[in-house]
Amino acid sequence: MSTVAATQELRRLNAEQAATKKTVFGFWVYLMTDCVLFASLFATYAVLRNNTFGGPSGRQLFDLPNVLVETLILLTSSFTCGIAMLAAQRRNRQATLAWFGITFLLGLAFLALELTEFRHLVHDGNSWRRSGFLSAFFTLVATHGLHISIGLLWMVVLLVKTIRRGFSDSLLKRLQLLSMFWHFLDVIWIFIFTVVYLMGAIPV
Amino acid sequence: MGLFAGVLGRLSWSALPHAPITIGGAILMVLLGLAVAGLLTYTKRWKWLYREWLTAQDPKKIGVMYLIVAGLMLLRGFADVLMMRAQQATSVGSSHGVVSADTFQQVFSAHGTIMIFFVAMGLMFGLINLVVPLLIGARDVAFPFLNAASFWLFVAGMLLINLSLGIGEFSAAGWLAYPPLSELRYSPGVGVDYWIWSLQIAGAGSLLAGVNFLVTILKMRAPGMTLMKMPVFVWSVLITMIMVIFAFPILTATLSLLALDRTLGMHFFTAGQGGNAMMYVNLIWAWGHPEVYILVLRAFGIYSEIVATFSRKRLFGYSSMVWALASIAFLSFVVWLHHFFTMGAGADVNAFFGITTMIIGIPTGVKIFNWLFTMFRGRIKFASPMIWFMGFVFLFTIGGMTGVMLAVPAIDYQVHNSLFLVAHFHNMIIAGVVFGFFAGVTYWFPKIFGFRLHDGLGKIAAWCWIVGFVLAFWPLYILGLMGATRRLDHYDASTGWQPLFIVAGIGAVVVGIGVFFQVLQVVVSIWQRNERRDLTGDPWNGRTLEWSTASPAPIYNFAVIPKVSERDAFWVAKQRGDKPERPEYEDITLPKNTPLGMVIAGFALIFGFAVVWHIWWLVLLGFVGIVTTIIIRANDEDTEYTLTAREVEKLENQAAKKRRQYA
Amino acid sequence: MCYNKHKNQLILDRRFPPKTMKLKLKIVLPVAFAVLVAVVTVWYLKRHSVPILQPRGVVGQKERGLLGFTLLLGMTVLVPVFIMATVIAYRYREDNPKRVSYTPEWSTHRVAETIWWGIPITIIAILGVVTWRTTHQLDPYKTLASSKKPLTIQVVSLDWKWLFIYPEQHVASVNLAPIPVGTSVDFEITSDTVMNSFWVPQLGGQIYAMPGMVTHLHLLANQPGDYAGASANISGSGFAGMKFTVRGSSQANFNAWLNTAEHATQPLSSATYATLAKPSKNMAPTVYNHVQNDLYDTIVMNYMMPSDTKSTTGVKQ
Repeated sequence: MSTVAATQELRRLNAEQAATKKTVFGFWVYLMTDCVLFASLFATYAVLRNNTFGGPSGRQLFDLPNVLVETLILLTSSFTCGIAMLAAQRRNRQATLAWFGITFLLGLAFLALELTEFRHLVHDGNSWRRSGFLSAFFTLVATHGLHISIGLLWMVVLLVKTIRRGFSDSLLKRLQLLSMFWHFLDVIWIFIFTVVYLMGAIPV
Repeated sequence: MGLFAGVLGRLSWSALPHAPITIGGAILMVLLGLAVAGLLTYTKRWKWLYREWLTAQDPKKIGVMYLIVAGLMLLRGFADVLMMRAQQATSVGSSHGVVSADTFQQVFSAHGTIMIFFVAMGLMFGLINLVVPLLIGARDVAFPFLNAASFWLFVAGMLLINLSLGIGEFSAAGWLAYPPLSELRYSPGVGVDYWIWSLQIAGAGSLLAGVNFLVTILKMRAPGMTLMKMPVFVWSVLITMIMVIFAFPILTATLSLLALDRTLGMHFFTAGQGGNAMMYVNLIWAWGHPEVYILVLRAFGIYSEIVATFSRKRLFGYSSMVWALASIAFLSFVVWLHHFFTMGAGADVNAFFGITTMIIGIPTGVKIFNWLFTMFRGRIKFASPMIWFMGFVFLFTIGGMTGVMLAVPAIDYQVHNSLFLVAHFHNMIIAGVVFGFFAGVTYWFPKIFGFRLHDGLGKIAAWCWIVGFVLAFWPLYILGLMGATRRLDHYDASTGWQPLFIVAGIGAVVVGIGVFFQVLQVVVSIWQRNERRDLTGDPWNGRTLEWSTASPAPIYNFAVIPKVSERDAFWVAKQRGDKPERPEYEDITLPKNTPLGMVIAGFALIFGFAVVWHIWWLVLLGFVGIVTTIIIRANDEDTEYTLTAREVEKLENQAAKKRRQYA
Repeated sequence: MCYNKHKNQLILDRRFPPKTMKLKLKIVLPVAFAVLVAVVTVWYLKRHSVPILQPRGVVGQKERGLLGFTLLLGMTVLVPVFIMATVIAYRYREDNPKRVSYTPEWSTHRVAETIWWGIPITIIAILGVVTWRTTHQLDPYKTLASSKKPLTIQVVSLDWKWLFIYPEQHVASVNLAPIPVGTSVDFEITSDTVMNSFWVPQLGGQIYAMPGMVTHLHLLANQPGDYAGASANISGSGFAGMKFTVRGSSQANFNAWLNTAEHATQPLSSATYATLAKPSKNMAPTVYNHVQNDLYDTIVMNYMMPSDTKSTTGVKQ
């Protein structure tokens, strides 16, 4: 390669690296806004926690064993996501697909359990229309669930891309963003688990 | 309706307007749209519009579009003003004015919403798009597609709020729609829903723009431009973007909760059933107070640039200015309760928030002194931007003083929600934000469009605005002390308020004359643009990097990215007598045009409209549309194109040749 | 005009005529305008009723004093800033024929910056202390000092009128609230509709009326008179009609009114209350006798618990 071409190639690689760093940084900033959004929902939940309007409280409604299973599933999925990323960095297509596949199934299982919990509550007449407390509960937990659903959809899109086009710097960057998103949702779930379910179940 | 009942939700023929003024407004808008469409067809410019503007990714183009949309909304907001002043000047005793109470309440709700969300935010984001990349020596923003999408979401929100004029009604609950009034029980119509969704969509655009410009300023400055060498306007944008990131998600959450109450029967803020309306007030102001500082801090940044340039002197106390901006930004998040001292929070809480509110006055005052001392021992050219600035100095300080008065809870107990309050916040927003924006546009106009605005007409407009403002709002201070609350559509003659309302109406007309002169200024300047060409790129003897490019700036801003080693780098280079070196051109990569930003916003508009009217299948369609378009865009690998170094050189030479033709 | 780098000055070309006449107008006219505005303001305030500046209640008087104090404090900053801005703009304009310094690089001065950080900090510190004190002194929840026994009035904001219940006297009144002069009146305020704000500017500041909550406002009238009240928070299409009167009267006149109210034709039972609570505009003052016990509490509690459980009187709306 001539010097000019080499310089141009170096410039292009540098530009791509800078672009990746920029995108990752931008995504972090977006995650912070998502954090503030959840913080607002948590604050609302904290204020409305005892506004049961004569209806049942968290202590009477929450099924803690179920929640424990949900938590373990989500934590495991974070773990498998991490392993998938390691495989992706090694450009190991089989392992990446397998581990992200497991992550996907775990996420799906989490959603299924959550929807079952919601269905029971609604069936017993304790829907989001019953009281301020229940409105806050459903909204906080379902917003998290909605984020998980979007994460699952994103996962499918990226996995299809991996199958069809194989690894590239751009794909790795997107997988990195997805895994950041997934871990972030796990952290939010820890807060939900603690503030909503655990603190709701303990007599305060 | 049978089968159609499900298909169209609660939309029906009765949604069309009934009141004469609303019918008139809707017809006017439709005619305007038809006129524009007709003009485009007649001049065969649809393709040009699509190619050059609608699919553009260049922040300069996006900025111009922001300004046009915001300018149009300024006219609509101003029409609301004239209606309100007419009503309040005539609706006394046995007369009930020009519109019904319900229409009046929709008018002032629309006025506030439009002015804050679509005029102020639109003008500011427009200016930021136009100028910030140039100021930091960059070619573009960090995420061009996101930038375009932000703009189109802003447009979608704007369209939704304008649709409410012709199809359905608007909210009558004020620009912040406090519950329980804004809940389903007391506002069963579609008005509040229109309010929620147009803000939700536009707010999403603002949030994404916040992320975008934060990353742009932090990651794309010219080599050598450290943070403390940035122009102060860029600091003000950086700081306000951080504020956007912290504040706007609160708005998203709060609007969503109100929407859930109204659409899914939840009980966040309902009266009864476990709802807590005070929580809404807290949340909305936790966003709302930072929002007004987001607006005014950028205006402060503009003034810093203008005062330094037109005084031909370094900005006084650069570090102080930056620290003042940062401390105002931080403090703005711990004062929100001062908007509802009268909600009964108790003396300790009220006193605390009162004191934090007053503390903001300190850095603001420091900035005023620093500006005055920039002018001290300078050589001041009083072009129209400086007239706007002087108007600001006198009027804004009065508003600041009344603000400190309002910050004392015991005083606020008397004047809260009176016209005294209304006068105060208009004082801050008009004298601060609007004047700053007008000054900024005049200042940067030649850089964007290649020719200067007629300065004489600009000065006349400025004086009209200053005098008109005093006539329109000084009486409101007095009215507040006379016990007049805000938002009244009728009052007794025995109060003695009418003469003051009449004077306020005259003031509004004088401001209108100012607006007329501004429109005239633009028209005349375009007409005479060849005589006002900016041939050097530096019409004001500027200090910062944007003046080192040609006017108008080329699509890539800088053919060669400049290297910076001090503040006011361009000014220093000129003083030193640096000769421009022969440029070493390089390949430039730029984003390709794409309509997908517009498409996403289009689906968002459909989504919003469908939620308002409960057309559930259309809601799903809108949502799926948004997601699908995002996926399509994400899978598009081919989003950029490259100008080779030779092509860049050719473009530069062509532009230089064109300029020589004008000389 | 040319810039002489050595003397650090701009030297004016003598052939350039100064536009002093036009410039003087630009200063004189705005000042004249401002003076005119000030004069007209004072004249107007003197000729009309300005409740906040002409208080007839203890609380209102203190609040006016605070307003005046804060205004004066603000002027100590405002006036120097106005003078400085005018002088600096005039003196350093580019076509000033007088020779003045031009120091384009001068941009810091420790002493100056300390002064103008220091002065606002001092002023705000003073105001901060005053704020802390007066916010506690003028807390709407505080009972006011008076030799007479305090009076309680329960207030309910409705669409679009105000209901005043006198619980100890078992009477109620709509849109008119007589009170004895010199007595600390404890208004217990709630709403049976959306948020309103209970405001009688000539007696003192306001406080919000909110459903499901009770706020308190203490007022004391110094003199007899009719004091206009309003709602300061928008409550729907009848909002402009949310006007009421607080009538300060001597003890004798107040007792006389109580007597009339006790002989009113209508009782305020849950049924008549339900009719009253229906939306209506511009209602003339009315009185009720035999106010049902716990009516007020039920109105408040209805928002906190379902009405078909636990409520003592079983009042349903």
